[in-house]
Amino acid sequence: MDILVFVKRVPDTESKIRIDPATNSVVEEGLNFILSPYDEYALEEALRIKAAKGGKVVAVTAGREESLVILRKCLAMGADEAVLIKDPLPETYDGLRTARTIARFVQSKFPGAKLLLFGKQSVGADNSQVPSMVAELVGIGQANVVVKIEVEEDMATAYREIEGAQEKVSLTLPAVVSAQKGLNEPRYETLKGIMMAKKKEIPVVSIEELGLKPEEVAPRLAILKMDLPPVRKAGRVVTGEAAETARQIVEYLHAEAKVI
Amino acid sequence: MILTFIETREKKIKKASLELLSEARRTADGLKTETAAVLAGTGMEGLAPELASCGASQVYLLENASLDRYSTQDYAAVVADLVKKLNPEAVFFSATAMGKDLAPRLAARLGVGLASDCTILALKDGQLEYTRPIFAGKALLTFRLTSSPQIVSLRPNIFPVTPVAAAGEVIREAAQVPAAAARAEVTEVLQESGGEIDVSEADIVVSGGRGMKGPENFALLREIAGLLPRAAVGASRSAVDSGWIGHQHQVGQTGKTISPNLYLAFGISGAIQHIAGMSSSKVIVAVNKDADAPIFKVADFGVVGDLFQVIPALKEEIKKLGD
Repeated sequence: MDILVFVKRVPDTESKIRIDPATNSVVEEGLNFILSPYDEYALEEALRIKAAKGGKVVAVTAGREESLVILRKCLAMGADEAVLIKDPLPETYDGLRTARTIARFVQSKFPGAKLLLFGKQSVGADNSQVPSMVAELVGIGQANVVVKIEVEEDMATAYREIEGAQEKVSLTLPAVVSAQKGLNEPRYETLKGIMMAKKKEIPVVSIEELGLKPEEVAPRLAILKMDLPPVRKAGRVVTGEAAETARQIVEYLHAEAKVI
Repeated sequence: MILTFIETREKKIKKASLELLSEARRTADGLKTETAAVLAGTGMEGLAPELASCGASQVYLLENASLDRYSTQDYAAVVADLVKKLNPEAVFFSATAMGKDLAPRLAARLGVGLASDCTILALKDGQLEYTRPIFAGKALLTFRLTSSPQIVSLRPNIFPVTPVAAAGEVIREAAQVPAAAARAEVTEVLQESGGEIDVSEADIVVSGGRGMKGPENFALLREIAGLLPRAAVGASRSAVDSGWIGHQHQVGQTGKTISPNLYLAFGISGAIQHIAGMSSSKVIVAVNKDADAPIFKVADFGVVGDLFQVIPALKEEIKKLGD
């Protein structure tokens, strides 16, 4: 069973974000970049499915050369192959553009792939668009925000998180599945894996090579502005006997803030 | 026309859908157009008066028994057919589990862009401008969509519900569900025990971090949540990663980004990824024994003290309020 895992290079969640107002983009200098955490769950699941069912796991990203680092991490974790779809544009925040690129990649390079795995969102753009869009463009079913999956030969059962409940989804393969935290506990790379990953060649595919016309990948989003959120002011801080501070909290919430 | 996709649970309209309809109505007024609502499944006509009272001029019913249970592919197909027929300026969804699953599938089907999880809508020179948090709220992105119709999802718990009387004319549409080879079908919905309210939908979130010291102490937070209306229990990443509580309770960058009326943080130091997920709460109260904890920089009201002493006293004070 061939499994494709789509991954993205994102700033570490501990990072403080700075903005360049001239370009309306995030200042990359000084940021530590990582494999998006939800993508790690997707990759781990792919490796587990492969261990049980055989086949191969291919990690794919669309981005600039800097993204090769996270593809090496995927290889070090155990992916059999990795591919970089070279995209010259910086972050466009447009899911359709990425989805069209990925859908075309799947159809032209891996038409027999049984599972297309994603993180439920990239940590950063936070769009949650690409998995569903790819499923529609390829014409297959989807299950998003998945916390458990059981894979058979041509079927899979996915448990997807919704508000206060889970939906049990029966999927005909091929299908798109996006991973949520809780799906598994991702493994660490081994030293042997890291050494092997360094030696592996990572093929690069361009958008033109996939036959995508400029109008198909033109962003549908015109960015006007990127801002930092309004800074919250620190309020009152009290200390003292528990009974008294508790009384003060409730008085504040009831009489002043009027939220209870 | 702005078409709003209405979600129901047990034949009741979700609050997020009423927020959506209210905001659509405000936007439609600015665009000098109407607001319509669309419902999928059978036996929904009884909901039309409530939708009318929140500004729906028309209520479209996509009546087909196979739509009684949610299916992304079928819903995307029937909503796309309605969009092609009505040609609305915009289609609004709630950024709920269903909306986040469905809106991108519809956008791809129509070949247009999607503004997801927006928290501010503005009209400038007759064009819609969207603002949405990125990096879980560490930054805000403002943009326009250059394709039409505009597909938009709005974050729950941000936009107020405003009653406005409208006609609410019921229009029945025969919805054709296409046959597809590769399918995904919801076969069962498994409720979580206790039917707890989700942190993303709660008005009040009572949250605990490493300072809770262990899983058994989350019962204290559940007790407080039990005393307050529409309250849920949240948690920091370290509490979740320690296995003290399920990840669906996690607030922050690899959890949920939320905007409740009140966020009560107990024993949460306030790591940057946690602050990102809750700093748009309307009121924040923090209890922590470390006076230098970063959480106090964003709290409206802070108590430096032992949460295990403050919580029981707080319960008594809240109970007094109810008497």
